[in-house]
This record gives sequence, C-alpha cells and structure tokens, in this order.
Amino acid sequence: MISVEDVSLHFGGIKAVDGTSFTIKQGSVTGLIGPNGAGKTTLFNVIAGVYAPTSGHIILNGEDVTGLKPHELFDKGLLRTFQIAHEFSSLTVRENLMMVPANQAGESLMSAWFRRDAVAAQDAAIRDKAAEVMDFLKLSHLANEQARNLSGGQKKLLELGRTMMVDAKVVLLDEVGAGVNRTLLKEIGDTILRLRDERGYTFCMIEHDMDFISRLCDPVIVMAEGRVLTQGTPDEVKANEDVIEAYLGTGLKNKLAAEPA
Amino acid sequence: MDTDTINAIVLFSNFILVPGMTYGAQLALGALGITLVFGVLRFANFAHGDMMAFGTMIVVMITWWFQSLGITIAPLPTALLALPLAIVISMSVTLLNDRMIFRYYRKKRSSPSTFVIASTGVMFVFNGIVRFIIGPDDQRFTDGERFIIKAREFKKMTGLDEGLSIKVSQGLTIVIAIILVAALFWFLQRTRTGKAMRAFSDNEDLALLSGIDPERVVAITWIITAALATIAGTLYGLDKSFKPFTYFQLLLPMFASAIVGGIGNPVGAIVGGFVIAFSEVIITYAYKKFLIYAVPPGWAPDGLMQLLSTDYKFAVSFMILVLVLLIRPTGIFKGKVI
Ligand SMILES: Nc1ncnc2c1ncn2[C@@H]1O[C@H](COP(=O)(O)OP(=O)(O)OP(=O)(O)O)[C@@H](O)[C@H]1O
Ligand SMILES: [Mg+2]
Repeated sequence: MISVEDVSLHFGGIKAVDGTSFTIKQGSVTGLIGPNGAGKTTLFNVIAGVYAPTSGHIILNGEDVTGLKPHELFDKGLLRTFQIAHEFSSLTVRENLMMVPANQAGESLMSAWFRRDAVAAQDAAIRDKAAEVMDFLKLSHLANEQARNLSGGQKKLLELGRTMMVDAKVVLLDEVGAGVNRTLLKEIGDTILRLRDERGYTFCMIEHDMDFISRLCDPVIVMAEGRVLTQGTPDEVKANEDVIEAYLGTGLKNKLAAEPA
Repeated sequence: MDTDTINAIVLFSNFILVPGMTYGAQLALGALGITLVFGVLRFANFAHGDMMAFGTMIVVMITWWFQSLGITIAPLPTALLALPLAIVISMSVTLLNDRMIFRYYRKKRSSPSTFVIASTGVMFVFNGIVRFIIGPDDQRFTDGERFIIKAREFKKMTGLDEGLSIKVSQGLTIVIAIILVAALFWFLQRTRTGKAMRAFSDNEDLALLSGIDPERVVAITWIITAALATIAGTLYGLDKSFKPFTYFQLLLPMFASAIVGGIGNPVGAIVGGFVIAFSEVIITYAYKKFLIYAVPPGWAPDGLMQLLSTDYKFAVSFMILVLVLLIRPTGIFKGKVI
C-alpha cells in the first residue's frame, strides 16, 4: 500500500527523519510509536506531502508520490489528522465537515448559478453525511457552533470526523486518542476496525497509549531518533530490550517500560 | 426644534454626513479588496491602489468610446454602462498578473515580505502602464445628471438658510456599496466557494488537505478583488475626478481602514473605512459656521475652528493607524496579527 523507502528529512542540522524504511500493508492498522521527538509526526508530514523529503521515496500503490502536494495526495485517497488539532475556526462544526469532500458542484461559479438543483442535491447528500458523522462522534449538539469554541478533545474528534467524510484509502492518524475520554476512545477504536473491515481502509496511527495500540495495531513500528528501531506484533515490541532502552533513554517514564513484558 | 438647530443639522449633514458616508463607502470597498488578498494570499498588496487606477482607466476609456458613439444612459453616468466590460478586462489582467508574478512566488513558498516587495514592483508597473496609456493628468468622464438635490432647491423647498446637496455620484456610491457588500457577504457566508475562501483564510494547511483547490480559491479572490477595485476606483473618480496619482495616495487610508478594522476581516474593512473617512472629514472640517448655529448668539468663535487643514488629511489615517497598532494591534474586530 504505502512504502517508505529510505526517507530522510533534515531541518538544518536536525535529522528529524534519518533513513527510515517500512511498509504499511493494505488493510492493516499499523501502529507507529516512539519517544517524543522520534520523528513520527515529521514522517507523517513527509508521507502526506507537507514536506518533500531530503532524500528517499514514498510509494503509494506502486506509484512514486514523493513530492506531491498534500491536496494531490488527498485526491489519491490519502487523509491525515493533525497531532495539534487544526480546524477552520470561523466555520461551524458542520461547515468544517462539509468542506472536506472535493469537487463539489457548488464550487464552480457556473454550476452554482445554472445548475442549482444538482448543487442542492449534492449539498444535501454531504449535509446528511456530516450529520451522520457528528452523530457518531457525539458532536451533533455543536453542529452550528464555530469550531474555535470547541474544547481540545472535541477538536480532536472533529479531526477524526473529517477523515470519515470521504471514502479514504489510507488514513494517517496522529494521536487521535490524546485528550479523548475512555468511553469514546473505545468507540473510536471500534470504528477504526469497522472502517477497515467493511470499507477496506488502511490505517497508520501514531499513539502513545499502549493499551489502545495493543488492541488495534498489528504490526507496530517503533521509531527513535528518526530511524526505525524495530517492528513486530505489539507483544514482540513490548518485549524488545531496545525499545525499553529507547524510551528510558529519553529520560521519560513511559508506561511501556513499566508494563510487564 | 428651532430653526438654528435644524440649520445646524443640515449643515452637518451637508458637509460631514454625506461626504463622510461617500468617502467611507469608497474606502470600505478598497479596504475589502486589500483584506481579502491579505486573508487568502497572506500578504499586503501594495499594488491595490494602482490596480484601482488601472481598472478605472479602462472604465474611462470605454466611457469615452460609448460617448463618442452616442450611447448614454442619462440621467445616470455612462461610466456605469462601461463598468461590466471594464471589470471583465481588469479581472483578466489581474489574473494574468497573478499567473506571471505571484504564482511563481507561491510555488517557491516565498515569505510574505517577498510577496510585499513583489507587489510593490507590480504597483510600479501598473502605475507606469496607466501613465503611459492615459497620462498623469486629471480626466473628466462624468456625464448625466450631476445632482440628486441641489443646495438651492433644498433651501427653496424648506425655507432654511442652509442647503443640503447630494450629488448623483454620492448617491450611487452609497447604493452600489450597499449592494456589493450584501452580495459579497452572501457569497462568503452561503456559497461553497465563499466558505472555501474563508476556510483557506482560517487555516491554509488544513484547506490543502480538504477538497479545496488552492489555485481556484486564489483565482476567485483576485477576481473579486479586481471587481471591487474597479468599482471603488470608478465611484471615487465619478465623485472627484480621475487622476492616477490620487489612487496611489488612497493606498494609505485604504490600508489604514483594513488594519484599523482588523486585517483579514471583511466586516472590519467596512467599519474601518467609515472610521477613517469620518475622522478625516470631521478633523479637517471648519466648524465656525456650525457653531454659529449651535451656540447662543455672541458666543460664536472668530477663528475657523478647524482642527487640521485639509492639506494634512492623509496624516489623519496615519495617526489613527499608529494609535490602533499601539493600543489594539489586531484591529477593532480581531483580524490576523501581522
Ligand atoms: N518545522 C521544524 N523545524 C525544525 N525542527 C523540527 C520541525 N518539526 C519537527 N522538528 C524536530 O524534528 C524532531 C522530530 O519531531 P516530531 O514532531 O516528528 O516528533 P514526534 O515523534 O512526533 O514526537 P511527539 O511524540 O512528541 O509528537 C524534533 O527534534 C523536532 O524538534
Ligand atoms: Mg508527534
């Protein structure tokens, strides 16, 4: 599905991503973990086209997509969420969601005026979809609220909601679970599995919550200092000495180390 | 109410209210263009004044052409008839300009300061083209009826000492500005493209990851800006006269309007336009005659009672701009912090 081939990205002297290679298999929920500053988000940004890599290639379904713009990748079915939630702050929650689908008829001035019926029909379909997504994420009561007024957790839900507005092929989730309550987190996990099983989505998710990872992800890729440290099933990874070392080495007390191997 | 009070009100309307509203509407339309470009393309477009001059020049030339063919729409000025065609031409030129200049810097992801410098270059080019084609002098292109109400008729009608005159150009400015602003807000609030523009202005990164085509949003922004600039320039030209240099001079009050209101915020641009216009008119008006009516007899002052000579009217925008930036850098309505 996606191959990351020897990708590096250097910010001046900082080697944020430093010769990383791995593949995300079709229909998998691949976990991407690693200590803070390991380069996970930066790698997502490279895959999603925000940064062109200093070297290396990104292959999506056999096609070299290195250096394509984010919206070009979006058109190819690659969606992502942001670790720090992004929103269209002056638009309402509903409008935020409705903005996601591309090539809407109402976008062309000509059809906005001359094909009003077609525009209205499509608009209604997208509106229904948005209602469904808001319902699922328990955001319906905020439909007409400006997105700037949402809480941090609600903004994360809106992030996830965006990826549910279109039929994606691959979704990159950057800590969608952070700041979301346990009950909802479980439902989000269920949805991810359902989207994969029923609609054939492929996921790659960055997450720090090891329980969440263990439940959903296989395989898990561990990054540290811009490189892939190891990969395997959640249990294999948790038992790996290097992984424990990497987490402790950063001086952070991570629950990973505390958990029985 | 005694006649002195009514006379004072009429005097105030004639010299402050009507001119302030007219000038405010003209500044607001100009500032809207500046604010839209700032919101979507994220740079201060110094070429805006000269784009206005360019659009207005096209209007003037088409007007002359129509007049030579004997096509007029009296009592309204022929310029109105020339507007649609002129708008289409200036939209095309603006889009061409974007393709040739600004798109290159977008591709390179240049910093806003690079864009500002590029826009300064564009300003000189437009300035040169306008002077080359039509010359630097004053051009008159007004025709049709001049007044809606003449001061003399008003006096005869009411029997008051003071007259109120409203020029056709003033009435047109206000009516057209209201229609344009209503249409623009409908567009931004209700249509998918308008929402995409607001979304793009809110968060470019995210817009790039939605079904929003950035080049389309940019093109629509320029199209709207070109229309606003041409209309604002024409209304100003009808009201005063067409002289290329005055449009360059308008850059300061227009930017002041956009920034005072909160740059990037369309409501702010409109409010800012009126704040600047009224400040300018109020500060440079000589209140002597007004006070003669307003205060008891014998108290009237000897001097002109003018706070600032009209020669310094541009200093007013500058002062307000500095004050706002010191006290509330985001403007009256929260715009983007620059
Ligand atoms: N735009 C940038 N300019 C310079 N350095 C950057 C930039 N973005 C990230 N970095 C650096 O790259 C390194 C990797 O950062 P990244 O955000 O990818 O880490 P991460 O693995 O996502 O961490 P976390 O778990 O905390 O989210 C860090 O050292 C960071 O400071
Ligand atoms: Mg991160």
